[in-house]
Amino acid sequence: MTRHTLSVLVEDKPGVLARVAGLFSRRGFNIESLAVGRTEYPDISRMTIVVSVDELPLEQVTKQLNKLINVIKIVELEPSASVQRQLVLIKVRADATVRSQVLETVQLFRAKVVDVSPEAVTIEATGTSEKLDALLRMLEPYGLREIVQSGMVAIGRGARSITATAVR
Amino acid sequence: MTGAQSLVRSLEAVGCEVVFGIPGGTILPAYDPLLDSTKVRHILVRHEQGAGHAATGYAQATGKVGVCMATSGPGATNLVTPIADANMDSVPIVAITGQQSRPLIGTDAFQEADICGITMPITKHNVLVTDPADIPRAIAEAFHIASTGRPGPVLVDIPKDVLQEQTSFSWPPEMRLPGYRPTTRPHGKQVREAAKLIVAAHKPVLYVGGGVIKADAHAELLRLAEESGIPVVTTLMARGAFPDSHEQHMGMPGMHGTVAAVAAMQKSDLLIALGARFDDRVTGQLNSFAPDAQIIHADIDPAEISKNRRADVPIVGDCKEIITELIDALRTERETATKVDLAPWWATLNSIRETFPLGYDWPDDGTLSPQYAIERIGQLSPADTIYTAGVGQHQMWAAQFVKYEHPRTWINSGGLGTMGFAVPAAMGIKAGQPDRTVWAIDGDGCFQMTNQELATCAIEGLPVKIAVINNGNLGMVRQWQTLFYGERYSNTDLGTHKHRIPDFKLLAEALGCAGLRAETREEVDEVIGKALEINDRPVVVDFVVGKDAQVWPMVAAGTGNSEIMAARGIRPLFDEDL
Repeated sequence: MTRHTLSVLVEDKPGVLARVAGLFSRRGFNIESLAVGRTEYPDISRMTIVVSVDELPLEQVTKQLNKLINVIKIVELEPSASVQRQLVLIKVRADATVRSQVLETVQLFRAKVVDVSPEAVTIEATGTSEKLDALLRMLEPYGLREIVQSGMVAIGRGARSITATAVR
Repeated sequence: MTGAQSLVRSLEAVGCEVVFGIPGGTILPAYDPLLDSTKVRHILVRHEQGAGHAATGYAQATGKVGVCMATSGPGATNLVTPIADANMDSVPIVAITGQQSRPLIGTDAFQEADICGITMPITKHNVLVTDPADIPRAIAEAFHIASTGRPGPVLVDIPKDVLQEQTSFSWPPEMRLPGYRPTTRPHGKQVREAAKLIVAAHKPVLYVGGGVIKADAHAELLRLAEESGIPVVTTLMARGAFPDSHEQHMGMPGMHGTVAAVAAMQKSDLLIALGARFDDRVTGQLNSFAPDAQIIHADIDPAEISKNRRADVPIVGDCKEIITELIDALRTERETATKVDLAPWWATLNSIRETFPLGYDWPDDGTLSPQYAIERIGQLSPADTIYTAGVGQHQMWAAQFVKYEHPRTWINSGGLGTMGFAVPAAMGIKAGQPDRTVWAIDGDGCFQMTNQELATCAIEGLPVKIAVINNGNLGMVRQWQTLFYGERYSNTDLGTHKHRIPDFKLLAEALGCAGLRAETREEVDEVIGKALEINDRPVVVDFVVGKDAQVWPMVAAGTGNSEIMAARGIRPLFDEDL
C-alpha cells in the first residue's frame, strides 16, 4: 500500500465532513490524517486527506467521493510536486539537568519553544511527517508528556491553483 | 405564505402528481395545504415502507420521480428500507420528512431521529432545510439530483417550525450545485475504440443492464443489436429492455440465469456492458467470470467502471447517447474493417440454447407447479401488463417464465433484495399507469410483510392483482437449506399450508379485495381469467403450490459461472466442453 494525499474541495455546508469521513469508513479505508479549513473562497472548504491504499481502491474511493454532491473537486497531490506540512505541539519533560540538550534538539529541527515551566517545555514544530517523526524520536528519551498533532495540509508547487479552476 | 404552503407549491411546480405518505406530528403543517392542492394527489398508505416502495414502483413504471412523505422519527426511519432499495436500484425518488423544530434538534425530542445522518449512506443526497426561504430550491434540487445522472433517492428533511414560518415563494429557484455535473455525452474517442473492438470480436455479447431502461434506450439497443448481429443478455434489472421473443436474446444472465446467457458471457471474447454494473449475482466468482473477454463498459456512473472488473474501454455517459454514437461509429468502422463471421459463435450458442432451454418439472407429489402458475399469468394477461415481484423463488420464476417485450413492464427489487416489495410497488405502478393491468407476483412470506397496503389500494381505487405463490415456506431459503444445509429446515416453514394461517382468500376479502384460490392445474386458467375480469377492486389469488419446487438453473453462491447447474447436479459447462 502506498500513501496518497488527496486535496478535496467541498461546499462549506453542515454534514460535509461526516459525508466524506463516512464514505471512507463505509468502503473500508482508514484515514491517516485529515485537515479541514477555509479557502480563499467563503463558500468552499478544503480537506486534505492522507490515506494508505493501493492504486485501484484509491481510484474507486476517489470516484465515490466525486459522487458526493457537496464535493466540488478532488486532486491528488504528489509529494514531489507539492509542499506538505503538519504541525505538532510536544510537551517534553525538561528539568534543569536536561533542558539545554532539549533546546539544542529544538534548534536542530528549527522548531520553537512556546511554553516553559520548571519541569517541562512545550515545543511547536512544523514539517513533513517524516521530520516530525524524527524530532519525536530525538525527544523521546527525555520523556514525552503530551503530544498533539494536526492533520497534514498540502498545496501544489508552482503558480497554479486548484481552487481557481474549480470555481469557474 | 408558510413554509408548508411553499413546499406544496414547489411540489406542484416541479410536476409532482402523486405523493404516497402518512401524516404525523412534525409533517402536519405540510398536510394542511396539501388538502387544497388540485395538482398533487396524496395517497394515504398504511405503513411508511409502503409509501417508499410505492414511490419506487411509480418511478420505475413512469420514468418520473416518485415522491413519499413521512413524519419525523419512526415515520422517517420506516422509509429507510425503501430508500436503501431505491439507492441500490438507482430509482429516482424524493422522500420528504418532517423533523422536530429547530430549537429541539439534538435534544432527543419526541419523535426526533437524525434521518439525514441515518440515510447518508443510502441516498444519492439528502438535506436538512433550516430556512423556509430555501424550500423551493431544496425541492427543485432534490428532483434534479434524483432524476439526472445515475438516478437515486434524495431525502429532504424539514423541521416543523420551518414549515410553519412565513416565507415567500418564487419559481423557478436558482439551483446551486457546483459539485454536481453528471457526464451524459460520451467521449468520441472511447466510442470509436469500442467500435474497433466490436468489429474485430469473434464472440461478442451485449450485456444489458437496468441503465438502458432508465435511459430509455431500448429502441437504440434494438438497432445496435440488429445491425451488429450480436447476442444480447438482459440482467434482472433489464428484463424488457430487449424483447424476449427476439432471436438474438439469450435470456437473463447470473445466478438464476439461462444456461445460454451464462455460457455466452463465459465463452465471450468481448462483453459490451451497457448500463450494467458487474454485480456479484451476475458475475459469480469474479476471478473466473468471462475469463477470455475484453470489456467495454458504458455507464453514466464513472464509479461503476472498473469497480468489479477492469474495463478495457470505459465509456462514461448516458446509454441512449452512447448507443446512438456507437451505431454510427460501427457503421464507419465496418467500411474498412474485415468482416468477422459470427456464424460459428451463433452455432455454439444455439446449440447450448437448444440443449438447455428454460424449463421446469411438475412436482412428484401432485401439487401445483409454481412455475406453471406464473407462466400462465404471463400468457393470459394483456401484452402491456406490468409485473412486479417480491424477493425469492417467485421473483426468479417471474423473471424467467413471464416473457417481457417492453421496457418498464418488469419492476422488482434487484440490488437490495427487499422482501415485501411487491404489494406496495404494485400500488405505485397502478397509480402511475392506471390503464394498465398490474400483476404483483408475490410469495407467501413476502406478502405477509406488506399486504396491509391492499387496504390502501382498495380505498384509493388502485385495482392491482396479486398472485401469492403460496408454498407455505420461505422458499428460496428453504431451497438453500435443501441444497447446502443437509435438508435441515430451520425456521422456513411459515405454517401457511399446515394451518392455513392466514387464509389469504379471507385476508384479501377483509382488506376489501376479491379473494381467489387455485390448488390444481385445472383451476389456474380459470382463476387468472376471473382475476383479469375484476377491475373494480384489487384481486388476490392464492396459488397453493408445492414446497419442493426449485429455481433452476443456479450458480451456487461463491462458485464460478462455469459451474452453472442446469438442474441439480447437472453442470453443462463444467462437465463437458461444449
